[in-house]
Amino acid sequence: MTLMTKFLSATTALALTTGAAMADGPAIIYDLGGKFDKSFNESAFGGAQRWAEETGEEFAEFEITSDAQREQAIRRFAEAGNNPIVMAGFSWATPLSEAAGDYPDTKFVLIDMVVDAPNVRSVVFNEHEGSYLVGMMAAQASETDIVSFVGGMDIPLIRKFACGYAQGVMAANPDATVIANMTGTTPSAWNDPVKGSELTLSQISQGADVVFAAAGGTGIGVLQTAADEGILSIGVDANQNYLHPGQVLTSMLKRVDNAVYESFVAGEGVEVGFNVMGVANEGVGYALDEHNADLVSAEMQAMVDEAAAAMVSGELAVHDYMSDETCPALEF
Amino acid sequence: MDKMPKWADVVLVPVVSLLLAAIISAIVFLSIGQNPWEALKLMAYGAVGTSDFLGYTLFYATNFIFTGLAVAVAFHASLFNIGGEGQVLLGGLGAAIVVLLVPWPHWTLALLAGGSAAALFGALWVVIPAYLQARRGSHIVITTIMFNFMASGLLVYMLAGPLKPAGQQQVASGLFPEASRLPSLNDIAEMFGSDMFGRSPVNISIVIALLACVAVWALIWHTRLGYQIRALGKSESAAKYAGISAVNITMIALLISGALAGMMAINNTMGINSPQLVDNAAGGAGFIGIAVALMGRNHPVGIVIAALLFGALYQGGAELAAVTDVQVQIVIVIQALVIMFTGALDEMVRAPIEKLFLRFGRETAVEE
Repeated sequence: MTLMTKFLSATTALALTTGAAMADGPAIIYDLGGKFDKSFNESAFGGAQRWAEETGEEFAEFEITSDAQREQAIRRFAEAGNNPIVMAGFSWATPLSEAAGDYPDTKFVLIDMVVDAPNVRSVVFNEHEGSYLVGMMAAQASETDIVSFVGGMDIPLIRKFACGYAQGVMAANPDATVIANMTGTTPSAWNDPVKGSELTLSQISQGADVVFAAAGGTGIGVLQTAADEGILSIGVDANQNYLHPGQVLTSMLKRVDNAVYESFVAGEGVEVGFNVMGVANEGVGYALDEHNADLVSAEMQAMVDEAAAAMVSGELAVHDYMSDETCPALEF
Repeated sequence: MDKMPKWADVVLVPVVSLLLAAIISAIVFLSIGQNPWEALKLMAYGAVGTSDFLGYTLFYATNFIFTGLAVAVAFHASLFNIGGEGQVLLGGLGAAIVVLLVPWPHWTLALLAGGSAAALFGALWVVIPAYLQARRGSHIVITTIMFNFMASGLLVYMLAGPLKPAGQQQVASGLFPEASRLPSLNDIAEMFGSDMFGRSPVNISIVIALLACVAVWALIWHTRLGYQIRALGKSESAAKYAGISAVNITMIALLISGALAGMMAINNTMGINSPQLVDNAAGGAGFIGIAVALMGRNHPVGIVIAALLFGALYQGGAELAAVTDVQVQIVIVIQALVIMFTGALDEMVRAPIEKLFLRFGRETAVEE
């Protein structure tokens, strides 16, 4: 009895941390895969969290569980007065383009896709540039001249990663071979570490000794297997070098967290329009820290930094798969 | 008396099941440090608190009426069609193909054509499982659930390839043309100066769903075919002895079931605010339909009530996840508890209550 009373009063005190405080603050809606996917969504959450810690304010958030909920989620926060509303993921484009017009006073931020509306900020990343850089590093680190790629779901965005990677590999070593595999064609391909592991083993048996995973949660299995089998791996989105110190060559950074953080900081005054985050404005890049310092030679770093500088100056244009759905360096 | 009274069967058992689910849910909320009473109030508000929320509740309820009816029709023939999920996806595919390929001049024509295509595709998807069940005795539960996976794969293939407009990233079809969009209930309410359903997508399909309820009621209890279906469900050997073809009735019952599930597409694919076919469009409605049918005792009236309850739970749960720290996973746990108690564990509640009534009934009989 007493225990139960204590228990009950304690929980009443905690109560539900409900809306009121967050009603007109910023909101973030994560994509399928969930907030804690160690990759894309978690990176977005990290940016929101960083803003919350610095300002001491709260933000509203929501995880959808099916595609059918997208429009409802957008409208729900817009009706509640949240502003700005950030959406992580390209699949938000269609529902947002339908809903944005109904809320002209609300600012929307869309990451990874473009919606042309007067109250929408579209943020896209030049993943092909970042992938190109890590591709160059893979080619130089490889001793067999065979490197590989494991993608998540087979969609144009992931082919964009693969295509940029292959171009980087070829630029550093024209004799190299790139093996590319996709985990699947359904969204479950984002979260299938076992299959990621199998694909990696298969690529190793074909001679690959550096593998780049752009596959969300599936990549965890790829990196694990690469470490177990003694080959190098490359992480994606967040800096994943720490997962297997000394065995992850580098990570292709895609600063989703920065995009979210900047939108939250700008608040209701967030600038609308098209926004590209590439090598030039540190939206993408490669990770260098104490976990991979021994793996990256000075020569390798010089070559990559030179390529990055060429991208910034416009001398080097990496082909974007999504511009015409073809790839000069890789057959799908 | 050798049976418990009808009111106990129809009302008491579901209510006790719900109470049990509520008690376990309360424990779940307590264990994550939330106040269950507050949570319940929030969920109720989220389900009917504003015109938007009410509209979404009705929208989801419409989905569940279709899938509930689908399960019920098969169930009357003692067939457990658990492939509603896949049949809904195929229905969506049929509707999308018809609406995207033909420029329908008016939504009524689009509804007629899209609805027929949805029903046809849903029914076709159950042909092979139905044939295997009727002719080869392959268990319908196994085959239909396997067909769910195939439907999911086929849908993704279609959405990632043939149905995807060039240059679009999302794995989805293009938006349906403006002329084919179904009027939402709010459009209709606006004619009378009301804003009853806000911007929610609840639409004319709910009328179709209710008509389908009447049609199923008439079919099962007032036609020869319905009689044959029920006879087969009660006893296959007796039905055969009466000259009923088990093979034919099995096929027909399952085809009707698949068609009803497929027709859900007119609501969740054609009826939404930005109509397009998306991946995993069924969103679990095929499975919730099983719980809806069980809780509604396979009767259209019961199915409507159960569908409203599950619609409220679905919408209220989403709202709970949106405004509190409660993780979406916990909301899914709560929904699953209700499904488990009202659906799968139905007998657990029913048997003891039945026993109680029998004992009580016998005692009064002795006294008399």
